[in-house]
Amino acid sequence: MKTEYEVVIGLETHVQLKTQTKLFSSCPTQGAGGPNTATDPIVLGMPGVLPTLNEAVVEGAVRVGLALSCSIQRRSAFARKHYFYPDLPKGYQITQDEYPICRDGLLTVDSRDVRIERIHLEEDAGKTIHDPGRGESRVDYNRAGTPLIEIVTRPDLRSPEEAVSYLKNLHEIVVFLGVSDGDMEEGNFRFDANVSLRPKGAKELGTKTELKNMNSFRFVQRALEAEIERHAEILSAGGEIVQETRTWNEEKSRTEGMRSKESAPDYRYMPEPDLSDLMIDEDWLDTIIESQPELPEAKRRRFQSDLGLSAYDAEVFTGSPDVASYFEAVMGTTKAGASRVASWVGSELLGLLSRNGHSLQTSPVTPAHMSELLDLIEAGTVSGKMGKDVLEKVLQGEGAPGELASRMGTQLSNPDELRTLVLQVLERCPEQVNMYKQGKTKVIGYLMGQVMKESRGKANPGVTTQLLQEELQKS
Amino acid sequence: MNNTLNIRELVEGQRGNRGEILSRLGRLFQEVRVLEPQLNAFLTVTEEEGSAIAQSLQEQDPQKEPMPLEGVPFSVKDQIITQGVETTCGSEILRGFVPPFQSTVVQRLLGAGAVLVGKTNQDEFGMGSASETSFQGTVKNPWNPDRVAGGSSGGSAVSVASGMVSFSIGTDTGGSIRQPASFTGTVGLKPTYGRVSRYGAIAYASSMDQMGPMTRNVEDAARVLQVIAGHDPMDATSSTKPVPDYVSAVSKGVKGLKFGLPKEYMDCSMDAGVRTAVEAGIQRIKDAGGEVVPVDLPHTEFAIPTYYILASAEASSNLARYDGVRYGHRSSGDGSLEDMYQDTRTEGFGAEVQRRIMLGTFCLSSGYVDAFYVKAQQVRTLIIEDFKRVFDQVDVLVSPTVPVVAWEHGAMADDPLAMYQMDVLTTACNLAGLPGISVPCGFSEGLPVGLQLMAAPFQEELLFAAAGAHEGRYEERSRRPDLHTREWMSED
Repeated sequence: MKTEYEVVIGLETHVQLKTQTKLFSSCPTQGAGGPNTATDPIVLGMPGVLPTLNEAVVEGAVRVGLALSCSIQRRSAFARKHYFYPDLPKGYQITQDEYPICRDGLLTVDSRDVRIERIHLEEDAGKTIHDPGRGESRVDYNRAGTPLIEIVTRPDLRSPEEAVSYLKNLHEIVVFLGVSDGDMEEGNFRFDANVSLRPKGAKELGTKTELKNMNSFRFVQRALEAEIERHAEILSAGGEIVQETRTWNEEKSRTEGMRSKESAPDYRYMPEPDLSDLMIDEDWLDTIIESQPELPEAKRRRFQSDLGLSAYDAEVFTGSPDVASYFEAVMGTTKAGASRVASWVGSELLGLLSRNGHSLQTSPVTPAHMSELLDLIEAGTVSGKMGKDVLEKVLQGEGAPGELASRMGTQLSNPDELRTLVLQVLERCPEQVNMYKQGKTKVIGYLMGQVMKESRGKANPGVTTQLLQEELQKS
Repeated sequence: MNNTLNIRELVEGQRGNRGEILSRLGRLFQEVRVLEPQLNAFLTVTEEEGSAIAQSLQEQDPQKEPMPLEGVPFSVKDQIITQGVETTCGSEILRGFVPPFQSTVVQRLLGAGAVLVGKTNQDEFGMGSASETSFQGTVKNPWNPDRVAGGSSGGSAVSVASGMVSFSIGTDTGGSIRQPASFTGTVGLKPTYGRVSRYGAIAYASSMDQMGPMTRNVEDAARVLQVIAGHDPMDATSSTKPVPDYVSAVSKGVKGLKFGLPKEYMDCSMDAGVRTAVEAGIQRIKDAGGEVVPVDLPHTEFAIPTYYILASAEASSNLARYDGVRYGHRSSGDGSLEDMYQDTRTEGFGAEVQRRIMLGTFCLSSGYVDAFYVKAQQVRTLIIEDFKRVFDQVDVLVSPTVPVVAWEHGAMADDPLAMYQMDVLTTACNLAGLPGISVPCGFSEGLPVGLQLMAAPFQEELLFAAAGAHEGRYEERSRRPDLHTREWMSED
């Protein structure tokens, strides 16, 4: 049934920007804790207050715009969007309407070009908490006035999978740019989806419905699938789609109508007279462009082409800004090669951290520690086995890798000293020497173990193997 | 306090003689108690706050150089936020609201040593021309209690005209400083939009609101503007232009200045007595050496509809915050959220405010916004261009402030459109963001008449020069209303 139709999806994503203060006041975004502690007269919309723009927010919006190849508007303007709700302090939201800060961008996702129509700045509302049990509603304005950007696509997505892929890409970008925490449970990254169906090959768009306010990749996929199914059923039966706003009911696994187009509020947009136009200075923009962080996609490509990482490792080390910056910090200082760094950071360190309830952010093992340790291994001063012990001790806070290694005794690599040990072992094990001579060369492993035992684990395995082979062939 | 003294004399009198401030202020509050029942100029009298300020001034080092407004008693329109002092805009919806923050203007005045006497009565939210719509009733004109004081800053004008304070701060969105100044024989200045911070001025129409001084003479207005003008980081629309020396501008004279007499302003239907007084005022400017030429402002007839569409649209937005949720009046009903909003706003707002909210909401509504709001914005641009062209030819425009003298109480209460027409000469100034001043220029029917002067943006110095020159030649500049308190007026 669905194969007759082409799915058309457009997305509007709200990203909460990470700033010290609110969008239009110097009120901190983080309060003392508890409801209504992150507020001031401006946030509460008291009579006589005026908004002033927090310029850190402009930088965040421009960085996202640049990452999405948008045209950065040198002049943009704010507008008032009116509606009454208790968590909206002024009776209007300050947003950008006709003149957004960014226009006409592009994000390529799984080889699909998704055009970005616009990015605009706006303030968030507070939260209304209903308590039907007590017949009360309470309002918390802590979130009111926190800065948001809204990123609006053209209707360029063709399936729920593509939509999710776009959202994941976008999420990764805003997090890598450092402009948002991207905490989805906290509502830092939430989205609305417009969906419609049209007969395959048709040019005209079908009637759309809008799915409101989702903050989970899984839910948006399920919601879109259900909504597409609903549209297809109606259309196949010869029915018409009603343009309306709907919401996803996770419990019932279905979308439900919220309000029709006719009952949609008239927001009475008006230019915001309290704020002058937002002008972007060319020199300022240049400094932003120059200091734009590398995006995850470019990083992945560079890790593979320049460092020779596998696709898998490149993926791992761009999994989060923390992992990437840790990896790059180690790479920047160690003499060890990328694949050794990848295996030590990727499996040894991350494994050890997670077993000990740490993350990279809280890791007692700094990139400098890691680099020092890898240099010791690279120089043969510390064996792989010993390296793991050293790493564990660094994690326990017992010291830096260099001093730990010398305290534990460094690796025995001097061929003269090792040869003495090797000869002692061969003399003690005539049986194994004979087996070797009969062609059972695997026995060298046993002899190796004996040397290790004799050296209390400090023998350099490479040098030892070489010496064993030499001596066995001689005797 | 001696209310016949100007600000300079008052401040100078304090030099090395601070011991009297508190007792003089005490006598002043006593007079306020005598006059207030007749005039109803105040919504709140701040005897406690004012005395505390006076006390701290008195305790200063007697040798210390006096601050620019030290010990000068002033009042503030209730439209302006005063931290810790009830601020209502004359509206039921804000009754009991005590702001936890300070307006920039009041902060600057207190910082200059001025002493707050009270919050003045006004038209609710600044919407009116007669000061008849506050919850505390009508302000009386000290020249004739049967007449209105003008509005919306009527209480401010009366507190100055009656000698209760040396100056007051009013707000002017379409003439609300200049018109009551005209009706009460006081000086009222609306500065250039952006010259004085609006932080703490309760918004009526944000793109036009501006605060300014109301005084008994031109130099006092310059002294007050000197203190309140200048950039404020809390107001994104406040200008960063440096503040010139306004006080010295007052005595600069008008020789070499060119004055424009807008034909459209003189052609409007005007009381004969007003015309005579205004013509006498224009003659004084000529006598002082100013050249007066006729000019055209062809879009004048559109100023009133443009103003009422834009001001109402902005008001409908600015007044949306009075919803009963966070502060102010809340309806006691226990209906739905919708009911709470409706009841709160129906109970809290008076008829004129409701009228303008509805008008403004309509003008911004989908389907009508282009025909009204957007069109009015376009006409506003034409009006601005009129002024730009005229100010290429002349330095200052001169006209009546209002085509009539103060009318009788209630005369316009049932005819809002007739009352709106009274703003015909003042609203264009706000639409174009220009500075404008009303100065007393004569009497008609025993009531004061105001002369309006306007200049290009940030040319307040020209206004002070013109107003100062006019005042110097105005024989009745010291005439004050008779409030049977002669002994108090000559005291000290």
